[in-house]
Amino acid sequence: MVRGTRWGAAKARMLTILFDGIAYGMLLFVLACGLAVTLGLMNFVNLAHGSFAMAGGYVTLILVNRQGVPFFAALPIAFLVSAALGAIFERALYQHVYAKSPLDQVLFTIGLVFMSVAAVDFVMGSQQQYIQLPAFLQGQVNLFGLNVGKYRLLIIAICGLLTIALQYILTYTRFGSRLRAAVDDPRVASGLGIHVNGIFAVTFAFGSGLAGLGGALGAEILGLDPTFPLKFMIYFLIVVTVGGTSSITGPFLASLVLGIGDVAGKYYVPKFGAFIIYTIMIVVLIWRPQGLFARGTAR
Amino acid sequence: MRHEDQAMTTPLLTSGVSGYLADRARWHPLEIAFWLLAIASIFVLPNKHLILTEIAVLALFALSLDLILGYSGIISLGHAAYFGFGGYVAGLLAKHGIITEPVLALVVSGLAASVLGFVTSFLVLRGSDLTRLMVTLGVSLVLREIANQIDWLTGGADGLQGVVMAPILGLFPFDIAGHTAYVYGLIVVFVLFLLARQIVSSPFGLSLRAVKDNPLRSSAIGISVNGRLVGIYTVAAGYAGIAGALLTQTTQFVSLDVFSVERSADVLLALVIGGTGYLYGGIIGAVIFKLMQDSIASLTPQYWQFWIGLLLVVIVLVGRERMANWSAPVRELFSRLGPRAARRVEATPASSQDGH
Repeated sequence: MVRGTRWGAAKARMLTILFDGIAYGMLLFVLACGLAVTLGLMNFVNLAHGSFAMAGGYVTLILVNRQGVPFFAALPIAFLVSAALGAIFERALYQHVYAKSPLDQVLFTIGLVFMSVAAVDFVMGSQQQYIQLPAFLQGQVNLFGLNVGKYRLLIIAICGLLTIALQYILTYTRFGSRLRAAVDDPRVASGLGIHVNGIFAVTFAFGSGLAGLGGALGAEILGLDPTFPLKFMIYFLIVVTVGGTSSITGPFLASLVLGIGDVAGKYYVPKFGAFIIYTIMIVVLIWRPQGLFARGTAR
Repeated sequence: MRHEDQAMTTPLLTSGVSGYLADRARWHPLEIAFWLLAIASIFVLPNKHLILTEIAVLALFALSLDLILGYSGIISLGHAAYFGFGGYVAGLLAKHGIITEPVLALVVSGLAASVLGFVTSFLVLRGSDLTRLMVTLGVSLVLREIANQIDWLTGGADGLQGVVMAPILGLFPFDIAGHTAYVYGLIVVFVLFLLARQIVSSPFGLSLRAVKDNPLRSSAIGISVNGRLVGIYTVAAGYAGIAGALLTQTTQFVSLDVFSVERSADVLLALVIGGTGYLYGGIIGAVIFKLMQDSIASLTPQYWQFWIGLLLVVIVLVGRERMANWSAPVRELFSRLGPRAARRVEATPASSQDGH
């Protein structure tokens, strides 16, 4: 009897962790998938990707907490603002750096990260802030005998729909096939009359928008403070390097593994902390430098 | 016939290469002036010794990064791993009274860091620049996490307290104004600089440059690419460890901050400001970086990161090569690639060979 209930409790806890991990992982995917595409398309290391996510988070914060805009109305605005920021930065600054060496790209994007961190600190203050969620998103709901957070359920729903939509766009639309062609071989693609730079600009803006949406959704779980881009830079990079950049399935699986691994690791072996994640990343990179889920060898 | 040909050309080539190396190793008057200026700073700026010591530490750290970035082309975003490791080793040695004499402790910390560098160097051999970036970053994060977790040894997030340094060589105690610390730091930097200068103007250094320029070709002419990279990475890690140990010894404190990404980024920036690949870049960059940090931070303490970020963006957009133009005359003089040496390079087509 006693053993049975104990086992039941352990199982329920495990399922809760799994659920939280999936929510976390999906959030990471929405945050990082833009980075995967820009990296695969232009071989460009955008360490400042997290800054666009932070922008989305703070836009939502200002709209919801200060202006009283409904949470669900603020989310699309966060997407649009981040996408617009991405488009502006891409056209004004980034496009001049594509042809430069990886060292230059790293210096440039790290510089942008530093600027965004200090600027947000200046405007919004350095403390961690929370977006006021509507009451119906707080608390837990019983799902198939399992108590799960309503907000996490919402995250899984939104991110799941987004993932399906992304996969659909990539697989079935004309833009998607152009994008895939450009990722596979930019030179041949442009030789076939595909406007690679244009595709890249659109993708960059869209990816930044998704990051902004992820930042808005994730503020509750990941926390929102000016050091956000630095804190999560490593997570985004893990998703991209482990998942590979040749598809979005790779980063998606990598995000889920990372999310579940991180939540479970912090719960079961808190002493090791983030240690496990970093070690796994190094091992994977040594074992398969092109990413765990990459197909074939990269160019 | 062919054997005779080889017998004829080999000594010519050898003497050509060694002549080229000797030419490059010659001291330029400007270099002597540079170090005289450094010595003069001891006497001219007695009340600035604290910040000068910080500059010396950063200069040594940047010199270490220059060895791998400027001379072998490895991009690292986690060089603080070795800096921090050396710092903690020095701190622990002093705290537990294992080695209290600073110079010996410095050597031991450097050796410890180079062992770590040797072990981890195999991780940076594979993959693209992005992979290297991630792996180096990952190594520094793992070390930071370890230092955070084993708080019984390192003090965790509070930092390692109770580090007391004995007098240097048993003769010169550290003083509160930092006079001893600065002279000590300057001597350490100078000695290690001499060593680095020797390394990069040796046949080993020459082959490193070949590896950096074209790994495939250099392996085709018989240079062991991986061997060279492991070698220089190990040396550079030792340098970084000594820089970290120097920081611990002069501040008598070490905290998790020594492993931070910001520190790795700072040293990269200092090196980029000064220019890579001629050894003085790290030192000059460290001076400019610290002076800038000092002056901006006195205006807006917490937002100085913004200006440093802006500087990075501008440097890249303007172009590091074009930025380097203002320092081109200096670099030219410093690197002694005068017309004579340049002609010799042309005369010895296989100058990147191993010197035998």
